[in-house]
Amino acid sequence: MVELIGVTGGYGRDMMVHDFTLRFAEKTITALVGPNGCGKSTLLRMAAGIAAPSAGQVLLEGKPVSTFSRQKLGQMVSYLPQARAVPNIPVQSMVRHGRFPYLGYPRRYRPEDHEMVRRAMEWAGIAHLAGRDLSQLSGGERQKVYFAMCLAQDSQVLFLDEPTTYLDLSCQFEIMELTRRLRDAGKTVVMVLHDLGLALSYADRIAVMQSGRLVADGGPQEILESGWLERVFGVQIGTGGMAGQMGYVFVPAPPNGGDRQNGKV
Amino acid sequence: MKSLPNTFTEKKPNSFPALPVSVGLFLLAAALSLSLGSTFFSPAQLWKAASGAGDPAVLRIFLHVRLPRTCACILAGSALSISGVIIQSVLGNPLAGPNIIGVNAGAGFFAVLCTALLPAWPGAVPTAAFLGALAAILLVYGIARATRASRITLVLSGVAVSSILSAGIDAVVTLIPDTLTGAASFRIGGVSGVAMQSLAVPGAYILIGAVLAFSLRYEMDILSLGDDMAKSLGLRVGGYRFCLLLTAAILAGAAVSFAGLLGFVGLIVPHGARFFTGSESRRLLPVAALVGAAFVCVCDVLARMLFAPFELPVGIVMSFLGGPFFLYLLIRRKGGRSDNG
Repeated sequence: MVELIGVTGGYGRDMMVHDFTLRFAEKTITALVGPNGCGKSTLLRMAAGIAAPSAGQVLLEGKPVSTFSRQKLGQMVSYLPQARAVPNIPVQSMVRHGRFPYLGYPRRYRPEDHEMVRRAMEWAGIAHLAGRDLSQLSGGERQKVYFAMCLAQDSQVLFLDEPTTYLDLSCQFEIMELTRRLRDAGKTVVMVLHDLGLALSYADRIAVMQSGRLVADGGPQEILESGWLERVFGVQIGTGGMAGQMGYVFVPAPPNGGDRQNGKV
Repeated sequence: MKSLPNTFTEKKPNSFPALPVSVGLFLLAAALSLSLGSTFFSPAQLWKAASGAGDPAVLRIFLHVRLPRTCACILAGSALSISGVIIQSVLGNPLAGPNIIGVNAGAGFFAVLCTALLPAWPGAVPTAAFLGALAAILLVYGIARATRASRITLVLSGVAVSSILSAGIDAVVTLIPDTLTGAASFRIGGVSGVAMQSLAVPGAYILIGAVLAFSLRYEMDILSLGDDMAKSLGLRVGGYRFCLLLTAAILAGAAVSFAGLLGFVGLIVPHGARFFTGSESRRLLPVAALVGAAFVCVCDVLARMLFAPFELPVGIVMSFLGGPFFLYLLIRRKGGRSDNG
């Protein structure tokens, strides 16, 4: 549904992303990983139609993203930036902002909008927080509010920029479970993830970026075995199982490219 | 994550009946402003005068002094407060206000310039003030855009623009002393000696601005989430931001054209109102407008009475009352209201 062809762009004259070509598989979770400053967020903004690429094309349902009106785009694509505003408004009002792309003239939210908002809050498990002030919530609760907002937006594609950063471990897992449920509901999710462990555990596809370029993409196992993660991040990765789940450990790569040990822990 | 049964955090933050309270405050302040002054008018006296039975002097003072003055307070207070709400939301900056980012100074400079250069056209002053406010707003916003500056830089560039424009006002007033009879009152902000006729044009501007602001309430909320989020929610950010800044300029320009640099109200009233209503514009706008009007009315009553028979410009009282209140709000406000996740 979303396809990037030779996308190049950045801020001003700084090109952060070079010639990026990838089709995001539908109804899957694609994790975008790479070291700091490799252009992940820039790419995400261009893919979501927030920023225009200086070369190349972003196609949405086969058509250039620039051919859609801003409002129509808001109904098709959600984007959650890394720096999110925390206005002091009730949770339900924040979630209702997700219905803004459907607002007609005169500006009045319809009963079905309120129904969507209610369902989205229940889905994200924040119905009991509906009247609470967003600015008084914990980081994890807030993140669920943003997810509920994206759900209320009822878009097919979601771009999430580091939704788990600054959250404690159990919240991170909760957020990833919510992401999975989004995918199971038929949505296409593309997320920038800092945490390689989460990416390997939860993503269906992983796209690895280095210095603004796509260096590898594939399923988690495939990517793990390709050795690209180790090369790009300068780490060694060990895998292990516990309670039927796969876990990953990362240790720094030995200096001067010494013996790599890729194996079980 | 299981949330504990929270008995005391369950209290809804927005249960405070802010709108009825602010309507009450507004009516009370307007009544005080109409009846208190160098002479006291009781409602009974006014009624008698209006029905033709009482002292005609009472009616004359009421119609030509009290009423215009109260109307001026209401118009200026609500216009500057709404303008402040808009500027704070649109620039995503709680430190911004029409006086801080140079909007009032811009309006004042153009108003003074217009009075100096076109003395035969007093009706052009509100329009000139609006243009000045708009120029200042776009200049500051443009600087912030071009440098992709932080919120602090935005405020700092506003302060710089503001001081340049204030110097412009002072220069005009000094070089052409006939420009303003009450130059000091204009600099500080005052509403004494306002006539009903001179309120007509600014009043119309303010009405238009208020209607525009309220009809753009949802756009304002979306814009306050930041550019990227606003875009992703389907808002044409550039166009609507311009419309909203235009509205803020109309309101601030109109207010400054008759009340002078009555700046502080546009910063503290939106802040104070936010404290009780939260940041949702549909709740915040009416409350800020009413409280702003009430605040200026009360300040003006005090300005008339404190050192009677001498009068202070209302701006002085406002700063003496509003400054400490603003500091109190800042101190009371707990952390965690940061704007970044």
